[in-house]
Amino acid sequence: MSNKEHHEESFWTKYVFSIDHKVIGIQYGITALFFLLIGFSLMMVMRWQLAYPDTAIPIVGPFIKWLATLNGFASEGNLPSDLYNVFGAMHGTIMIFLGVVPLIVGAFGNYLVPLQVGAPDMAFPKLNMASYWSYLPGGIIMIISFFLPGGAANSGWTAYPPLSDIATQGQTWWLVAMIFLISSSLLGSVNIIVTIVQLRVKGLTWMKLPFFVWSQLITSFLLLLAFPPLEVAAIFQLMDRIAGTSFFLPSGLVISGEMLQVSGGGSPLLWQHLFWFLAHPEVYVLILPGMGVIAEVIANNTRKPLWGYKSLVYSSFFLGFMSFTVWAHHMFLTGMGQGMSTFFQITTMIISVPSVVILSCFMLSLWGGSIRFNVPMLFALGWIPMFGVGGLTGLPLGLSTSDIHLHDTYYVIGHFHYVVAPGTIFALFSGIYFWFPKVTGKMLDETLGKIHFFASFVFMNGVFFPMFIQGLAGVSRRLADGGASYAHAADVLKWNETMSYSAWLLGLAQIPFIVNLIWTLYKDKDSKANANPWNATTIEWTDATSPPLGHGNFKKTPVVYNGPYEYSVPGMKDDFLPQTKKIKKGK
Amino acid sequence: MDIKIPYNEDLRPDTGLYNAKLGIWLFLASEVMLFGGLFSSYILLRAGASVWPPIGLDGQSVAHLLEETIGLATFNTVALITSSVTMVMSWVSLKMKDISKFKMYMWITISCAIIFLIVKYFEYSHKIHEGFIPAHDTYMALYFTMTGLHVLHIIGGLFVLVYFVMPDGIKMWDDEPIRFTNRIEVFGLYWHFVDLVWIFLFPVLYLLN
Ligand code: HEM
Ligand SMILES: [Cu+2]
Repeated sequence: MSNKEHHEESFWTKYVFSIDHKVIGIQYGITALFFLLIGFSLMMVMRWQLAYPDTAIPIVGPFIKWLATLNGFASEGNLPSDLYNVFGAMHGTIMIFLGVVPLIVGAFGNYLVPLQVGAPDMAFPKLNMASYWSYLPGGIIMIISFFLPGGAANSGWTAYPPLSDIATQGQTWWLVAMIFLISSSLLGSVNIIVTIVQLRVKGLTWMKLPFFVWSQLITSFLLLLAFPPLEVAAIFQLMDRIAGTSFFLPSGLVISGEMLQVSGGGSPLLWQHLFWFLAHPEVYVLILPGMGVIAEVIANNTRKPLWGYKSLVYSSFFLGFMSFTVWAHHMFLTGMGQGMSTFFQITTMIISVPSVVILSCFMLSLWGGSIRFNVPMLFALGWIPMFGVGGLTGLPLGLSTSDIHLHDTYYVIGHFHYVVAPGTIFALFSGIYFWFPKVTGKMLDETLGKIHFFASFVFMNGVFFPMFIQGLAGVSRRLADGGASYAHAADVLKWNETMSYSAWLLGLAQIPFIVNLIWTLYKDKDSKANANPWNATTIEWTDATSPPLGHGNFKKTPVVYNGPYEYSVPGMKDDFLPQTKKIKKGK
Repeated sequence: MDIKIPYNEDLRPDTGLYNAKLGIWLFLASEVMLFGGLFSSYILLRAGASVWPPIGLDGQSVAHLLEETIGLATFNTVALITSSVTMVMSWVSLKMKDISKFKMYMWITISCAIIFLIVKYFEYSHKIHEGFIPAHDTYMALYFTMTGLHVLHIIGGLFVLVYFVMPDGIKMWDDEPIRFTNRIEVFGLYWHFVDLVWIFLFPVLYLLN
């Protein structure tokens, strides 16, 4: 991109096929929020079936009946179990691959990384556009597959064979969509890494990078290296389904009393290895950038430097590296053998150390700060204990002995939702409230934001905490009736209603948020949202052109002199020292 | 407002790289993981088989056919290695500002790639004709998937190669010669990688049976 191409842009090149990282970031953001809403709606419907099995669903019942009939399932406005399986598989897929990751990497990474390193754009703007336009078709394919005979994919987000090999055609669409999504994140991650390594402005040395940038760098490496093996697995499964191969089909497989006419000789466990080789690093893809957001918000609102910046950076590195060595802790019960279990149990215990270091750094950062309790900070403060619960409940899962009891129960569902929902999603909310004025030039309303936070905080716990109770009692995950026909579940079944009501109320709690977004966008530009409303130090607030940002980021290429978290520097008039402000030594 | 992206052509002093070069190395790292996944799967499936290549439902094994095709595969190995050498030569020619030599070497590279694909076509159709389709057994499944993905890499590369010698691609040499030379260097890295993958595929699929 050179200056001479700087001409009037048409609507299409400006808003649709834009190569400006800010526009692409916003595109990612809107699309991903939309998918989050879809994924969440699926769950709200499923929660009815779990609380009141096989009864007609209020409000959306007719729609479910229509969809079920289209798919070829019988429904009287209730959620038939076949469709329950579809919804479950697609809830997980949509939330992770179409919602959270595109939001936290595609939107936040794209918008903020170039600004925070002082770059005019991403290193490869056209690839950046290609990455969005590979993500969107992937999403559209997933959505269309809901309307196929047999419905969308129904073998869980983990798509375990042999089941997925012989599942209805929705699974094929799922695989094709996944290949689009994988390509998209490969392009995106190369771009982010090159941008950080090559486009840092003068003076912005490694240890002066905001922690958010570090988290994006490590995340991108995880995406880059962990996704290809899943691509291999997806191609194998496509071959199994389309070309009749037996990559994942063992010899002598009998289905509905009949021997399957395939060559056999394959291994269902091969899928699990390839899948978890991606999917464990993927959980750190979900959480690391969230930690990056939390770090920025905490430092800014305690008005003091982040405690243990270097420990945070080194811990994230270690976390990223170790995340490639723990995948089979998802497979303790597959009979893979004692030696393997022991190895993966040890690595899993080791990997929890850096997570604890990071959490401790955040908690210690609060010590002695004069905390501003604004909405971004509330979400950040809510994140800390919630992630703590999620992380601590992972430990019993990582020990193969206790995992025998806990594997595939609601306890696991509770564990990972604590890390992802009040974990990553709270970090996302925190980030949205924090950077919204940068993107639009307008501050989101504090009161609506506080209602959003407190209601979400309460109901998140209402949804997920009872899962631990049910799981410890032995209720399996993925039961279409929520355990109603499962004798051991009788004592804990009553929690289903609590969880379902919490889920619907959690849905209601998002209304102030949506209203806030739309209402604020239509409001006139307010005076409070100047270029740096939070008095922050990093480049995107202090040097980028005033919001909303137009084409190009900086009037003058910035030069960096200071670390990212120079708050309350003794002897200075302001309580924040921008990264780009030069001060004389000794003052 | 300065919107030119730095280090598109020149090297960043502290990393010693221009952007696209780092980009291609990262991309190749992901490719290593892709083929790494394929080779690991090969090992796992082979370790689980009692005979290799396995016997299909028709009681046949592809072993005898493989013997016959070793010659063709060897020929293809030579074709690809040659193309790698000429790829380097075309880059060197650009460095020496000799555009006609550049074109000549590029066309040799393109021809080698086409020869590779033609030979592959005959190999595939021969196997399929004899009933050794991907569904026949796990060896055939791996064979078609692994070489198929490799062939896709060759086809993709071929399009880019042809683009570079077409008027549309080569006109960059007049406007931005350094950038064009960088492009050829970066593409060359990709091409060597595709070549290298074949160097692994050849013994694994043809010789070690
Ligand atoms: C901090 C230390 C952590 C440990 C020791 C840990 C351990 C585990 C183990 C052993 C399992 C498998 C349980 C089973 O299937 O029986 C599991 C499942 C899971 N974990 Fe964690 N985990 C940790 C953190 C995280 C984080 C940070 C995330 C995401 C942001 C996460 C997301 C998940 C997910 C999504 C699953 C379930 C996947 C599925 O089966 O569908 N975990 N965890
Ligand atoms: Cu894991």
